[in-house]
Amino acid sequence: MKTLITLRVNGKEHEVNVDPQTPLLYVLRNNLGLKGPKFGCGLSQCGACMVLFDGKANPSCLIAVERAAEMEITTLEGLADENGNLHKVQQAFVEEQAAQCGYCLNGLVMASVGLLNEKPNPSDKEIQAGLYRNICRCGVHARVIRAVKKASAL
Amino acid sequence: MKSTRRDFIKQLGFVSIGFSLLGTACMSNETGENVAESDDSNRPEDINAWLRVMEDGSILILTGKMELGQGIRIAVAQVAAEELNTSPDLVEVNLAETGVTANEGYTAGSRSIETSAMSIRNAAAAAREKLLNLASEKWGVPQSELTLENGTISGGNEKMSLYEVLEGRQLREEIGQPTEIYGKTRRKYVGQPVPRKDISQMVRGNLDYVQDLTFPGMVHARVIRPSGYTSKLGSLDDASLQNFPGFLKLVRIGSFVGVIAEEEYQAIKLSWEVNDLAQWELGDELPAGVPLKEHLKTLDAEVETEEEKGDWESAIKEAPIQHKAAYYKPYLMHAANGPSCAVAYFEDEKLQVWSHTQGVYPLRETLANLLEIPEASIHVKGVPGSGCYGHNGADDVAAEAALLAVEFPGRHVRLQWMRDEEHRWEPYGTAMIMELEAGLNSDGKIQGWKYDFWSDGHSTRPNGEPKTLLPARFLDRDHGVPGVGFKGGAVRNSKPYYAIDALQTTSHIFQGPLRKSALRALGAFGNIFAIECFMDELAHKAGKDPVEFRLDHLDDERAIACLDRIKKMTSEVTPKSREGLGYAFARYKNSASYFAVAAHVHLNDKGIVKVKKMWGVIDSGETINPDGLKNQTEGGMIQAASWALREEVQFDKEHVTSRDWHTYPIFRFEEIPEVEVEVIDRVEEKPLGAGEAAQGPSAAAVVNAVFDATGERIRDLPVNPVEKYLR
Repeated sequence: MKTLITLRVNGKEHEVNVDPQTPLLYVLRNNLGLKGPKFGCGLSQCGACMVLFDGKANPSCLIAVERAAEMEITTLEGLADENGNLHKVQQAFVEEQAAQCGYCLNGLVMASVGLLNEKPNPSDKEIQAGLYRNICRCGVHARVIRAVKKASAL
Repeated sequence: MKSTRRDFIKQLGFVSIGFSLLGTACMSNETGENVAESDDSNRPEDINAWLRVMEDGSILILTGKMELGQGIRIAVAQVAAEELNTSPDLVEVNLAETGVTANEGYTAGSRSIETSAMSIRNAAAAAREKLLNLASEKWGVPQSELTLENGTISGGNEKMSLYEVLEGRQLREEIGQPTEIYGKTRRKYVGQPVPRKDISQMVRGNLDYVQDLTFPGMVHARVIRPSGYTSKLGSLDDASLQNFPGFLKLVRIGSFVGVIAEEEYQAIKLSWEVNDLAQWELGDELPAGVPLKEHLKTLDAEVETEEEKGDWESAIKEAPIQHKAAYYKPYLMHAANGPSCAVAYFEDEKLQVWSHTQGVYPLRETLANLLEIPEASIHVKGVPGSGCYGHNGADDVAAEAALLAVEFPGRHVRLQWMRDEEHRWEPYGTAMIMELEAGLNSDGKIQGWKYDFWSDGHSTRPNGEPKTLLPARFLDRDHGVPGVGFKGGAVRNSKPYYAIDALQTTSHIFQGPLRKSALRALGAFGNIFAIECFMDELAHKAGKDPVEFRLDHLDDERAIACLDRIKKMTSEVTPKSREGLGYAFARYKNSASYFAVAAHVHLNDKGIVKVKKMWGVIDSGETINPDGLKNQTEGGMIQAASWALREEVQFDKEHVTSRDWHTYPIFRFEEIPEVEVEVIDRVEEKPLGAGEAAQGPSAAAVVNAVFDATGERIRDLPVNPVEKYLR
């Protein structure tokens, strides 16, 4: 049964009329048109769908939209400031050219932002541990680690 | 160009109208900008097949290749920018699209730079010469006084955009033989690490993948998977589905079953419901319970001598030092991070498909035969998806979306596979067995060599025959199943690149139990892995340093330069206890990029191998984008290390059991080695395919490093099977 649910995403309130059990990811992508978060596994195993919940990076592919309504959600689209200036993590990923196909990039950027929110100056080992939930198949990991390191110094 | 048509398409954003409205085809890049007409008379010999001068001052490059994450877009933009002395920022790229771009077959085999980029280079150089010539005639100013820069020609007192010089027409002249290639002489953009424009879009979430396409009225589909490759649908009581939220249609064609719903999550839930209702008859069982390595040897095989030189038999038999070894690689999966996806739209007997296929034209031909729709009525537009590393589910999902769209005309049908579908139904890189034997003379040089390998074919890409597409197996009409497919992929790099006077190479081609097709490097992965491990073993038998031993058998200066460089890069490395350093080398296809690699590994107390660092040296001839080349090479090294250490497709008697990232583990961040890649740029040489060069050597270097650490040879992959973690 569809229900009206109010979500707080990227600093704005959005009302959506959906089955409250629908995982947040589908609502972000299909109802709100936020295509940054990607469907990778639907099992919380790969991180492609990560968003920030109250500043913490977590997958959005299993959490029901009604539960997500209790939190402040930030997606990839919400990281840049109102003037379009990139978040330092986004900037560092561009500078390090830390992508190939880029399908996992949403998750890597969000997980890195989440990590730096908690640990502003992580070591390489802490970066690796912090991104443990993210799958990348192209093998850009080494660049990503450099990018997070760089972002932490910006 | 007619501006009215252009504006019309722009208003629609991403083109979503029946192309009958627009003549044979319409075209747009992802933002709907720079829409140009296609032209049936496009001939690849002509400039306008590759390059269009746009009214807004930009240059539109038409490549018949797809962006797979390898960075082909920036590479072709750079070569065009160079020849036109115009910033790459002013160069847009239209990726493969039927009726619009040249038919360049598949984006595969590391050939995009060698073929597409070189065609574009020549077309752009020819365009420069024609444009300067035109301006010179127009203004009566000698060509020597004219300058072409950033889309503008100036000289004398004149200045015009390229579009104005052409008065709105396109360059239909033949490319011929341009007199100067700036890419060889100036190198303002070529050879530079020009950043990829798409990465700036990706970090903002502004880049549309095929998974992200949205059209007004678009509906969502899912397919219900059978229990196995040859299962037949028994009963399916669908009476209860009508009241299911969002239900639009159940499509059943023989044993092919799909559902269509208004919303994506409704389609997913519907597919779960139908999955519960469907009864399947299993069909043939898979050979579970027997070690696959043993099973493969029992299969009928087509045996062929691929190479034969000298009296290899006596050379081995009479050698003072003889050695033999057998190696194995399991089935490996592409395992794209984003499950395969396509959108299809059918109306008025015309079909449009948006796909991350590697070959828009071969897919179109195969869809035409599958659906019995004329090719001229099908338009396939290539839209990047998740990286594929070869032939994965891209074409299959496109065919499934098309089948469903034909049954549900008038609305765009989007189909994305779920994770378990991608893992369990894609065509894998086949398992292989590699057996080597050699004899060394008293100087420690190879005097006889024998190599036998067992492999399935390595490519069953769509080739016009419907059976190459997954859903064709389950339709009511019997299309058959693909056979061995492209055998040549198995033979790739089976001949050693080393100078050996007496040798024999023999292929044993079987048809294995699992679906298979091209996985990055094809047979070169297994062949190079085995040959390079065996070279290491022989070096040890000869009492020589493994790099020196290789150098003793190489007479190609470029190969020698790569190995010399890798030795230098690792000269300061001294492995500690339970650590080792291993090396490997190959020239991909024996004709493309040269690649030397070293790996530094560590073993923990459970015997689990971890790679600490890898070094690579790559010579791809003339380098177009050194950072792109490094990125591809680093990625190949990490991916190949993951294949070698972690990966193996597993199955039971029904079907594949590697269904997600837990049951098919690949490298995660904590397993990632440091990587360092150096590029040897040879401007005077041809650019060579590079994207697959790292695969085989990287796996061998890791395994050779394990020997250096432990004195034990690992010959079966993966090095760290799941069981090791359970000890």
